[in-house]
Amino acid sequence: MTKNRHEELGLSDDQVFDMYRTMLLARKIDERMWLLNRSGKIPFVISCQGQEAAQVGASYALNLEEDYALPYYRDMGIVLSFGMTARELMLSAFAKAEDPNSGGRQMPGHFGQKKNRIVTGSSPVTTQVPHAVGIALAGKMEKKDFVSLVTFGEGSSNQGDFHEGANFAGVHKLPVIFMVENNKYAISIPVEKQIACEKVSDRAVGYGMPGETVDGNDPLAVYEAVKKAADRGRNGEGPSLIEAVSYRLTPHSSDDDDRSYRGKDEVDEAKKRDSLITFGNYLREADILTEEKEKQLEQELKDIVNDATDYAEEAPYASPETLWDYVYEE
Amino acid sequence: MPVISYIQAVTQGLKEEMRRDNKVFVLGEDVGVRGGVFRATDGLYEEFGENRVLDTPLAESAIAGVGIGAAMYGMRPVAEMQFADFIMPAVNQIISEAAKVRYRSNNDWSVPMTIRAPYGGGVHGALYHSQSVEALFAGTPGLKIVMPSTPYDVKGLLKASIRSNDPVLFFEHKRAYRLIKGEVPEEDYTLPIGEADVKREGSDITVITYGLCVHFALQAAEKLEKDGIDVHILDLRTIYPLDKESVIQAAKKTGKVLLISEDNKEGGIISEVSAIISENCLFDLDSPIERLAGPDVPAMPYAPSMEKHFMMNPDKVEKAMRNLAEF
Repeated sequence: MTKNRHEELGLSDDQVFDMYRTMLLARKIDERMWLLNRSGKIPFVISCQGQEAAQVGASYALNLEEDYALPYYRDMGIVLSFGMTARELMLSAFAKAEDPNSGGRQMPGHFGQKKNRIVTGSSPVTTQVPHAVGIALAGKMEKKDFVSLVTFGEGSSNQGDFHEGANFAGVHKLPVIFMVENNKYAISIPVEKQIACEKVSDRAVGYGMPGETVDGNDPLAVYEAVKKAADRGRNGEGPSLIEAVSYRLTPHSSDDDDRSYRGKDEVDEAKKRDSLITFGNYLREADILTEEKEKQLEQELKDIVNDATDYAEEAPYASPETLWDYVYEE
Repeated sequence: MPVISYIQAVTQGLKEEMRRDNKVFVLGEDVGVRGGVFRATDGLYEEFGENRVLDTPLAESAIAGVGIGAAMYGMRPVAEMQFADFIMPAVNQIISEAAKVRYRSNNDWSVPMTIRAPYGGGVHGALYHSQSVEALFAGTPGLKIVMPSTPYDVKGLLKASIRSNDPVLFFEHKRAYRLIKGEVPEEDYTLPIGEADVKREGSDITVITYGLCVHFALQAAEKLEKDGIDVHILDLRTIYPLDKESVIQAAKKTGKVLLISEDNKEGGIISEVSAIISENCLFDLDSPIERLAGPDVPAMPYAPSMEKHFMMNPDKVEKAMRNLAEF
């Protein structure tokens, strides 16, 4: 029975394998970044670990040639899906000139790449939400068919920009998909201390849009919800709010120590539901991830990550005087 | 050449740009059916329809943020803040986002957006409908801040702002809206952002100011002329980034400089102008640089007695000019 879940959603074996590959690539790049950080080679890491299923499941439900992504800092799975490469992510981690996100100006995790419609982001959280609404508004004005996907954490769903943006999109019936990646923690603050309602998706009713909470460890469940939201958007039915519940498997960032606010047992328990394990098992049971294929994949991704690391480490920094460039149009 | 009011120049500039380029659209509170609470967008809804003259929810951060998103896509939004005093919820969007998008993306993305906001006092607006907020935004590289004084400058600079590929804050003095009238060509023209303008040639003292105060200075200069005092007046027009060359030239011309602003004195635009002059004109100055500005209190009170005491006017300007001339 489980075997047919992806087929019921209209996904081929190749497509779900590809989803798993992107999830695993994100995890492998992320793990390498931690090693590079702990060995003193890069100053900072902020992780996607534990959220790959939600990120990749959502992306694959979209038109990756036309739709817009407004990711937040953990969304390596989204930017990889939208076309950013491992080399480009490593160039950002090493803050090198060739980094397409910012040329080494921003910290890692501050994604942006116009050619792939990944919209530039900043550090103050949730500012990207009204931008997603503006892009959808522009699309509506220009009679385009795309939707915008904007993601943010459950903590960020308390910001005024979430409320203002969601309400604007609701009033003007704009094709925006608001996806909360609820990983249970905003740095040290657990979700119970962030929101008074049971689910973030409960807030949707206030904006005149449907709200749905799905298992963020299940890429197929997220895919299904986002696909439905994208269809709604394209049909002129307006925005949707989706809450993908997962768990942050790492500390907030390389500068955080999560042992000071949560127990190891809790983290170990969450690791059992890690989407890379559960989705991997699903694909194994469906004979999509055979032993041989898995071995090949491991080797392929290892080569990609090694190549990306070496390339980025060797790449030059921006020359100091270029800090004067691009304050205004030149 | 037709004579129109300051606010008619705003409307005309908007209308012409919307006709010229269909990527230009207006968004804000009450800008549509109502035509704006000051009537700055009067007639636009009728001509361009609700899709290009967008009445938004009452939420300033969304007005700015949605505009930024549309601008990053390639539109040319003109967002209206109903009063400059109400821009505060949008500060994060303006300073953290609009101003930094080009820089942080290494020129990959840009924000060709204009934000219009009526500022200034003398209209019985009390604390929250009278403020000058430019100093909060000045000193934010990536932003341009335009504060025109005449209908001619309004139209030319508004059109230039809308065509700018970087974000522009366009502050309009609300008392000037109907008080100030002037000749404005009907044809298309733009004026360069970042260039100050000599509004009066003179040789005895230099006044550097912007906005409504330009008119107070011009009126006072007429009076002083009768007594043989010849006043040179430089209108900054763009208060960020400042036109340093013109400031230096104007200061050197007479060696006596009076800086005027309606805003609080401390930390204002004229403080930066003063620093530029100090750095560059030491041996050309014949007197200390004088600043005439609003009092350092939180904002303009409602009662006419206190409002009048706060507000700049031609008499205060005339007095300061005479003192400087006599130095």
